Amino acid sequence: MTEFTPLASLFGGALIGLAAVLLMAVHGRIAGMTGIVSGLMTPQGTDWGWRAAFLAGAIAAPAAIVAVLGPAAVPFESVVPLPWLAVGGILVGIGVTFASGCTSGHGVCGLARLSPRSIAAVLTFMATTGITVFIIRHVFGGF
Amino acid sequence: MARALFALLAGLVFGTGIAVAGMANPAKVLNFFDVAGTWDPSLAFVLGGAVIVTAIGYRLVLRRPKPLLDTTFHLPTNRRLDAPLIAGAAVFGIGWGITGFCPGGSIPALGLGQTSAVVFVVSMVTGIALARLARHVLATGGASRTA
Repeated sequence: MTEFTPLASLFGGALIGLAAVLLMAVHGRIAGMTGIVSGLMTPQGTDWGWRAAFLAGAIAAPAAIVAVLGPAAVPFESVVPLPWLAVGGILVGIGVTFASGCTSGHGVCGLARLSPRSIAAVLTFMATTGITVFIIRHVFGGF
Repeated sequence: MARALFALLAGLVFGTGIAVAGMANPAKVLNFFDVAGTWDPSLAFVLGGAVIVTAIGYRLVLRRPKPLLDTTFHLPTNRRLDAPLIAGAAVFGIGWGITGFCPGGSIPALGLGQTSAVVFVVSMVTGIALARLARHVLATGGASRTA
């Protein structure tokens, strides 16, 4: 059970959008986590600096919030067993590479641009995520 | 230097947004998809807020000839609805449904010092490397056959 947080989630979402607009205005880049991480894995890439800086900021922000306001400020709960996290992580990595984007790249930036590819990707992954959660929780009674 | 500083700022805003929105919390994300059980509709507000701000901001920004610290806007040009897009999105969804982590949620979750976030991100990076290797082999395999 998690608490329904419409205002915090709307505000957090607006901040995610603000970050996407900032990255486009200054760097001309889509704020997609798949593309940013993937670009760091290319040794011949010349633009690793802004990617590494973006990732550092994205990791540092929650750490700073918890350091100042305490762990309750950023709730975290995961009951998924580690082997399943590994399996799911590999599937996510493979999927977002072939789809050229994830929730941030297709979901936020792509939908904002009304990209047909992103609309198709979001409808597809929302459907398979929902089906997967239903099967795990209500067919197998798992996590 | 200025490029790195602005990217750091964008990353900080992004990570704050993810944390405030609840997207760094796998249980909250999974509950959004559990309409038949412990449903938490918050994620719809995250996506709604993010898409509205981005849509308005992009319209203002993309009117300019170029970004502040680069020579051109790097926008995706591929318009094709092809099999890799749909199959990849489907596989991503299965992984998201198992774990509750998406790439954008998992990287900020690293800052919370959670083992599960580390295991997920290491596995995700492995998956990205495997997929890129597979794509490379498929591409060069086809080329060597025709050579």
